[in-house]
Amino acid sequence: MQIKKFLKTRHLMLCSFLFITACIENAPLDSLSPAGPYARTIDDLFWLTFWIAVVIFFIVQGALLFSVFYFKDSPDKPEPKQIHGNNFLEILWTIIPVIILASIAVPTVRTIFDLAREPEDALKIEVIGHQWWFEYKYPDFEITTANVLVIPEDTPIRLEMWSNDVLHNYWVPKLNGKRYLVPGQKTYLNLHADNAEEFWAQCGEYCGLSHSKMRGRVLSLSQSDFDSWVINQQKNAANDLDQNSLAYEGQQVYLNAGCTQCHVIDGVWDVQGEQIAPNLTHFGIRNVFAGAALKNNSENLTKWLANPAQIKPGTFMPNLELTEREIKALIEYLGTLK
Amino acid sequence: MTKIIEPKKQRNLFSRPSSETGVWSWITTVDHKRIGIMYGYAAFFFLLVGGLEALLLRIQLSQPDNNFLSAAEYNAMFTMHGTTMIFLAIMPISAAFFNYLLPLQIGARDVAFPRLNALSFWIFVAGGLFLYSTFLFGTAGAPEGGYLDEEVSRLASAPNGGWFGYQPNAGLRYSPGTAMDYWAIGLQILGIASLVSAFNFITTILNMRTKGMRLMRMPVFTWMTFAVSFLLAFSLPIIAIALFFVTFDRQFGTTFFLTEGGGDPVLWQHLFWLFGHPEVYILILPAFGIVSEVLPTFSRKPLFGYPAIVFAGFGIAFIGFGVWAHHMFASAISPVAQAGFGLSTMIIAVPTGVKIFNWLGTIWGGKLTLNTPMLFALGFIGMFVIGGLSGVTHSVVPADTQQTDTYYIVAHFHYVLFGGALFGIFSGLYFWFPKVWGRMYNETMGKIHFWLMLIGFNVTFGPMHWLGLQGQVRRTWVYAEETNLGFWNLIVTIGAFILAVAILVFMANWIYSRRKGEKAPFDPWDARTIEWSIPSPTPVWNFSKAPEIKSLDDFWHQKYGEDEDGRAVRREGTDELLLKLEEEGLNPDEEIHLPSPSYFPLILAFGLPFLGYAVIYKSIPLALIGVILLLIGGFGWGTEPLEEEFETSEETPDAKKSSTYE
Repeated sequence: MQIKKFLKTRHLMLCSFLFITACIENAPLDSLSPAGPYARTIDDLFWLTFWIAVVIFFIVQGALLFSVFYFKDSPDKPEPKQIHGNNFLEILWTIIPVIILASIAVPTVRTIFDLAREPEDALKIEVIGHQWWFEYKYPDFEITTANVLVIPEDTPIRLEMWSNDVLHNYWVPKLNGKRYLVPGQKTYLNLHADNAEEFWAQCGEYCGLSHSKMRGRVLSLSQSDFDSWVINQQKNAANDLDQNSLAYEGQQVYLNAGCTQCHVIDGVWDVQGEQIAPNLTHFGIRNVFAGAALKNNSENLTKWLANPAQIKPGTFMPNLELTEREIKALIEYLGTLK
Repeated sequence: MTKIIEPKKQRNLFSRPSSETGVWSWITTVDHKRIGIMYGYAAFFFLLVGGLEALLLRIQLSQPDNNFLSAAEYNAMFTMHGTTMIFLAIMPISAAFFNYLLPLQIGARDVAFPRLNALSFWIFVAGGLFLYSTFLFGTAGAPEGGYLDEEVSRLASAPNGGWFGYQPNAGLRYSPGTAMDYWAIGLQILGIASLVSAFNFITTILNMRTKGMRLMRMPVFTWMTFAVSFLLAFSLPIIAIALFFVTFDRQFGTTFFLTEGGGDPVLWQHLFWLFGHPEVYILILPAFGIVSEVLPTFSRKPLFGYPAIVFAGFGIAFIGFGVWAHHMFASAISPVAQAGFGLSTMIIAVPTGVKIFNWLGTIWGGKLTLNTPMLFALGFIGMFVIGGLSGVTHSVVPADTQQTDTYYIVAHFHYVLFGGALFGIFSGLYFWFPKVWGRMYNETMGKIHFWLMLIGFNVTFGPMHWLGLQGQVRRTWVYAEETNLGFWNLIVTIGAFILAVAILVFMANWIYSRRKGEKAPFDPWDARTIEWSIPSPTPVWNFSKAPEIKSLDDFWHQKYGEDEDGRAVRREGTDELLLKLEEEGLNPDEEIHLPSPSYFPLILAFGLPFLGYAVIYKSIPLALIGVILLLIGGFGWGTEPLEEEFETSEETPDAKKSSTYE
């Protein structure tokens, strides 16, 4: 009976343990499944600290529980000895933690400087924080894009970051820790992805109403895919649409309804200087939009264009009171922006 | 024989309040015990409010992409939850303990400045009401140029920039409306309350100790009060200056923290955390003090390594000023600063560890009575260790850059401030319940409370470690379904409701035991410190005769000696001693002059919110009302003697004059 019960609890524990692990594997923002050297260094350091903490945890909680059960009052227990302290013990449990901490401190300090160092031959990308989306600029290629950061696999990336408004915090958990984006000064973060895959990003610092919807994607591509992506990005959008097509109608909506106040489409509507909303030139190949809060499909676009503030409270994109027909045309047009 | 003492009527601005019972006697009191009790109730009220706000947050987060609260409401709720719990719940509950216990533990009749004490309490009340009046009058909205789909509800008209108020998001451009002004000025007012009491307690501890109460004979709780008072005195001016800067930025167009005017938003982070980290120790050290009283009492052993615990407390307080940038490891600071603050954060773990090991040394080999206060004290150790260890993982800077701003941090500081500070506070509330009310609490309900709270607490905050490591970011109104965070968030929400039930059990126990609890003897726990050598409930005059202290844990040593094995042996004649103490405690044989009640602290305190409103609404009339109240309060206070002149039934009215002024 006893054994059965014991096995049952064991079984239960195992199940819950597997369940936790299962959850972790499916979590796109999981910080414990590193996919690049920077994140892996951090991960190693975390687990070192974690296991030391686990040992201390069991020693202290063990001593606590043992005391509670063993020294619990019972009627025939004599009065305890009045011990006021023990210098040897007290020095011992001051020095031992110091030694343990020193053993964590050394790799910590080394890793801090390793992570901060600019990698050689890194691809430089600028990250600009806006309420509530991330803008990316590739100074080497003269590319401006948003929401999806595209990088080549197995290549060190150096992000140079600042904010256009409030504090933001750029975080791709599987590639590195967080770094703030600060208005008026530059911060730096290194990324490096082992393989071609898609990662999630999220703004870490509270940045106002739609902070929770300030998300991102990092798309790591093979070098050849990346090269062709760059070539494609450098092209302007086509400006020779068939005048009878729905897409052309959509382009006219873009030009006339007010979108051009904030959004640029290279080759159709160019504005020099600071951009206050995502560049839409290659909108159609990005799989997410609206600060990566929504998947790029016509259902979501319809909802967004009908009332942006309902999706992202506080957004700077006004409700332009577009008709159903205009929205449909606009979506058709955005789809052509590959 | 007690002599009947009647205060002589004297004219000041108003006639002196004279009621000894009823509402006015409480409003005008300067008695540290009554002020302590009022502090406790007011703080508990705000604890409930902050708890309700937390429940709203948890309902919203119980499933992905939920719409129970709007984004604006959610942001207001988490800002108010943090602000309330820190400034209006935990700090003032600690102040309640300081007020009630400090004079009793050092053998004094009151604090050094009784009316300042009343002032501190009323400023706290005024500041709390001012802050919460934002729900009635405050306004909030989208950043300049942004759009909202719906009207801003009253619930969302509260401060929404986070309890940390990071600039420039909490500045006027990105947080328009008056709500953040209520926050900045409200905290400013609350800070005055804490500063006033800090100086009062420092003076009290330095000057009012009874004969023989040397510093190294003071109970640890008194020591921690001392440490906290210094922390308050040195850290609050920093946040006061920072809050003035914010108010100036928002109201008068300065640009201390605004990049466009040459200011620096990172400066705010430095100033805020240079206050904010000592603040953490302001919240936790009182609990350290409480468990350092409870554990020895119920282990029937002295505190293990008393000097080490005292010095560790001060070590923590001191190093606490040198770790602030560990809140900013992901911010714009250099690798050198990261390394330096990482190391100082590791170093602060050492004195904290010393305390924990010494507490374990205290219960080791003892004879443990596992009643409610002891269970909470033991639970405190268990939970605080978890919070402490996760704290060490934050000192590992690279790992912290993964964890910061996630629920891992939320888990960490709730293990420290809830599992730590609040468990310690509950331990203290049960421990001193008999002393304050003269009745015993209900032990069964107390234990139910403890177990519900221990379970609810771990169900609520345990999974948050996982959620954080799995990438749930703090202060997020919604999370996407694809992040797979829904299951554990639901568990966390269930845990929060278990906690709510636990609090209800506590309240039921409190209300029942206050009225119907067994009469408490004056030393129900066979305790160690001198507050247990006086009757329960504590008489108005505390000690009928100033006690003389011969050793640490003086009261215990009056009762117990040691045999040749070093075991405690009850002295002969202890029963008679206790009877004598109770008899003496209830019947002082000399005239006792107590500070007389006063209206002026109350009047002065309520001038401050008017000045606050005057700044927000740029209103001269409101400013005038505020200034007039301050002047009446200050003038009346200055011209009113601390004690009324007394006449006794046996003496002629002018035979004896009191010349004690505050």
